[in-house]
Amino acid sequence: MIPDSLRDNSVIAALGDLADAAKLEFKELTVEVRPENILHALGLIKEELKYEQLTTVTAVDRYPAEPRFEIVYHLHSFSRKERLRLKARVSGENPAIESACPVYRSANWYEREVFDLYGVRFLNHPNLIRIMLPEDWEGYPLRKDYPVTGTRY
Amino acid sequence: MSHQITSEADLEKDYERHEHGGDSVPQTMVLNMGPQHPSTHGVLRLLLELDGETILRAAPDIGYLHTGIEKEFEAKTYQQNVTLTDRIDYLAPLSNNLVYCLAAEKLLNLEIPPMAQWMRVMLSELTRLNSHLVWLGTHAIDIGAMSVFLYCFREREDILRIFEMFSGQRMMTSYFRIGGLALPPPRNWQKRVKDFVDVFPSRVDEYEELLTNNRIWTGRTKGIGFLAIEDMLDLGVTGPMLRAAGLKVDARKDTPYSSYEKFDFEVPTRTENDVYSRYLVRIEEMRQSTRIIKQALEGMPSGSHQADAPGIVLPDREKMKTQMESLIFHFKIVTEGFRVPQGEVFQVIESPRGEVGCYMVSDGTQKPYRVHWRGPSFGNLQSTSAMIEGTQVADVIASLGSMDFVLGDTDR
Repeated sequence: MIPDSLRDNSVIAALGDLADAAKLEFKELTVEVRPENILHALGLIKEELKYEQLTTVTAVDRYPAEPRFEIVYHLHSFSRKERLRLKARVSGENPAIESACPVYRSANWYEREVFDLYGVRFLNHPNLIRIMLPEDWEGYPLRKDYPVTGTRY
Repeated sequence: MSHQITSEADLEKDYERHEHGGDSVPQTMVLNMGPQHPSTHGVLRLLLELDGETILRAAPDIGYLHTGIEKEFEAKTYQQNVTLTDRIDYLAPLSNNLVYCLAAEKLLNLEIPPMAQWMRVMLSELTRLNSHLVWLGTHAIDIGAMSVFLYCFREREDILRIFEMFSGQRMMTSYFRIGGLALPPPRNWQKRVKDFVDVFPSRVDEYEELLTNNRIWTGRTKGIGFLAIEDMLDLGVTGPMLRAAGLKVDARKDTPYSSYEKFDFEVPTRTENDVYSRYLVRIEEMRQSTRIIKQALEGMPSGSHQADAPGIVLPDREKMKTQMESLIFHFKIVTEGFRVPQGEVFQVIESPRGEVGCYMVSDGTQKPYRVHWRGPSFGNLQSTSAMIEGTQVADVIASLGSMDFVLGDTDR
């Protein structure tokens, strides 16, 4: 849902139907898109809205709610001196979303990190392997059902 | 479109084949550099595919220092977590304290008294000097200038002593807390800081005398480590590297925090975009930081070092022992922490290495639901392949040094 006060916002206007929901909290704009539209939305944001840099990609686990994972993209526009948070929710059942690498190369390692620690797969990622943990690690530590203490998962 | 970041897994396979033979031994050589290599500043492993002296492919392999700090954030209360932030980027602990506290304070809607804000600015700039000094010393030693290291660590010792005076700790200070500062500033701190800033500019001149026009130094650094500005933006590079490429970006100016807007300083930029220009940018940043510290010293407002927020800030020791309410607050804060309203924020500050971002999600309990740390080293290190592929193997160390990464910050 997009509040009326945000209808005039240039980002929301440019994204048009792609924006599913939006909010402005603590002077930070968050726009939610459907996971299948993520690549399209990021392309628009880079080319038309001039957000030159993808600052980070991360995830939030809303276990046991469904859709379980929020994939969160933070973008930065140097020319406009503005930041933007983009969100897409993906299901906990075999979580996957299109990789942002074709649009922003910096997504490469960030997505690998999310894959490593949350087990979310990024489709068409050039090199989707674990980045922090050893190759043979079992489980995804940043998931909410993974314990903080203990010797074995 | 330019190529993607080289995969360490691909190079690993070639490395294995090269080591153990087989039917298809590659014509090029795969060189394993690190993880225990003195010039990688921590435990970074670099795989290099060489054709003679030329690097065909290069892939950094990170993760050796992964300690699961983001997971640990979720298991500790907000105030306890401050101590974890020190350990992420251990060369700039106070910058990390600052970004974490600012994020939590934004969620709590806390107003920080001016004295605490100014003190935060002053100590953050001292942290910048501390970090740049370690960078300069080790960068110079990597390239072969031994004595610069000794001079830099002489000044760094003064800064660490100032930190010890303020917080009781040299490196892991945890001096900034949610709501202000951990302790009131010590007596006579002005003299110690003044003694330091009075002498420091002449010390920077000394470093410059040793390096700036040194023929070996310029020979090893000029025109090395070039990376087009479009690639830098696309690969997530921030901080002094971007400024050495001519882009005037600095979170302290663009989105001021902790009353940086009240200070008068320049953001140094260069356009050459090589190792040498990154060196010049950081040297100039040291001079500008000294300016900020001087202004903070002269104009330091008086007042409380903590916000007036009972229930979040620990009560005064005296009141805790004489007033029932303060005793209750003290007990509650220490045993279970304070609740933070629901919401999410992304706070960005300019650390010595670039942009540090703290993404904090609160679900209304005493512990953060999620804290994501956007370290500048992680972003900067992603540009390694693009920067050093096609260059000479002898220049790898200089290029890596100019990125100024800390592996604790990369792996978290």
